[in-house]
Amino acid sequence: MKIIVAIKQVPARDSQLRVDSAGKWIQTSGLSFEINEPDAYALEAALQLKEKNGGEVLALCAGPAGASQTIREALAKGADRALHIEDDTLNDLDTLAVSRLLAKAAAAENPDLILTGLQSDDLGYGQTGVVIAELLGMPHATLIMEVEKKDAAVRVKRELEDGWFQHVELPLPAVLTIQSGISKLRYATLMGIKRAKTKEVKRLTAADLGVELQPTITIDRVYAPVRTKQTQILEGSAKEAAAKLVEKLKFEVRVL
Amino acid sequence: MSGILVITQQKNRMSAETLAAGQQLGAALNLPVSAAVIGTSDAGEFADKKLDHIYTVDDPLLKAYTPDGYTAALEQLIRLKKPQFVLLPHTYQVRDFAPKLATRFQQVLVSDVVDFRAAPGSVVMVRQLFQGKLNADVKFGGEAPYFASLQAGAFRAENAVRADTPVSVESVPVQLDASKIRSRPEEPFREAQRAVDLTAASIIVSVGRGIREKENIPMVEELAKVMGAELAASRPICDNGWLPMERQVGSSGQTVAPKVYIAVGISGAIQHLVGMKGAKTIVAINKDANAPIFEVADYGIVGDLFEVVPALIEEVKKAKG
Repeated sequence: MKIIVAIKQVPARDSQLRVDSAGKWIQTSGLSFEINEPDAYALEAALQLKEKNGGEVLALCAGPAGASQTIREALAKGADRALHIEDDTLNDLDTLAVSRLLAKAAAAENPDLILTGLQSDDLGYGQTGVVIAELLGMPHATLIMEVEKKDAAVRVKRELEDGWFQHVELPLPAVLTIQSGISKLRYATLMGIKRAKTKEVKRLTAADLGVELQPTITIDRVYAPVRTKQTQILEGSAKEAAAKLVEKLKFEVRVL
Repeated sequence: MSGILVITQQKNRMSAETLAAGQQLGAALNLPVSAAVIGTSDAGEFADKKLDHIYTVDDPLLKAYTPDGYTAALEQLIRLKKPQFVLLPHTYQVRDFAPKLATRFQQVLVSDVVDFRAAPGSVVMVRQLFQGKLNADVKFGGEAPYFASLQAGAFRAENAVRADTPVSVESVPVQLDASKIRSRPEEPFREAQRAVDLTAASIIVSVGRGIREKENIPMVEELAKVMGAELAASRPICDNGWLPMERQVGSSGQTVAPKVYIAVGISGAIQHLVGMKGAKTIVAINKDANAPIFEVADYGIVGDLFEVVPALIEEVKKAKG
């Protein structure tokens, strides 16, 4: 089975973010980046499927040159090769434009399965997998907890709301977005890191793929959220703050 | 192209919130608002709302949800009625088909919207970036219809305006081809009966990633115990198996509205906030002063939870004598 995993590089989770001078995105200089956590679960699911059913795992990433760090990591964890659509302007695009790039690059590989994370931690639109499926004319299913390979199909377990689940069978090729947290993420081994250096990373551009980089929706302004509530910060040492909180809970909220 | 179409989801409280939002957008833009009900010919709970039309779209192939079936049916409805805006509740089901539907129109769904600013000729959708750390104003482009899905709790269902005259209900026939519906859904199921009903608790102490290790959970458990509270958690804690799934609060867990919600080491990702922001009083204990949890907190302690929680346990014991 040939599996493509779409991965994205995003600012590290604990980053202190600042809006850039144009007010349209964040300042990216000085930030450290990592794999979008939901995509790490998609990669993990792909590697487990390969271990069980054989085949090949390809990491597919659209991002600036610096995204090669995240691609190397995916190779070190066990992806066989990678496709890097290199572009510095992707932050100005929207889901549809980026999905067109990803879909075009994926189509050339004739995969049986395309996996993505359920959403990105930066934009958080949560749509890339579904849009890729539509562009490629493939069936899809989202928020997947388990994947069972059948002859020319997969039977998957989907998460619904409020603790409900559902099994769905889809013919291959198909696109699945993987729910986060469904299994433990592996670490790259020393051997894996060594071997990653010899693995193929194919670089592509939007021009190679014949895709026009034109957004439909645009971010007009990025800003810190306006507080809906006035938070009363309780200052002092841990002990002092704890004492103040207990006083509030006892005399103002009246629950103690 | 004109008008606003609200796509409802049956038996989902967010549908009424989206209707209310649709009415607000309609009032701001001076556009008529209609609603679509899928998979039934019964306008049901939406029949008493002030709407231009209710369109019911029913077909045997829409009885069980599939993204192929829903997308095909809604594409036909939209091409027929030509709304300028299509609003949907940001449910798991909508997340599954709406991006596909928008792509059919060469459009991009503006998903998980928390607010909008609208005047004739200018519509701006507000949504969160970076797990709620920043907000963004998003503008539509290209040709209508424009699609947006609305976050749970962002608009109030009780603001929906009721109809003074009966709303016209129109059944819209659609042509669906069984061979084009590729996925085979089975019956939904629940894994285990919930033993813990967090919704009944008046105080909840909830723990998140900040707790770092399973070995540290008992400390928060003790805080819950001395306060007479239920213990809850954010998703990562339950995914790791540190606490059972039935204690999870958030979009994939339980939605709670206790008198007091104490969030310990929870950053406040959107998925968690939608499950608890209805709490009367919210307390946040977190080392990161910029964590989104402070956006909704009434009281905050910025500090190391490993110092604050033990101190709090002592103080609560003292206060309770």
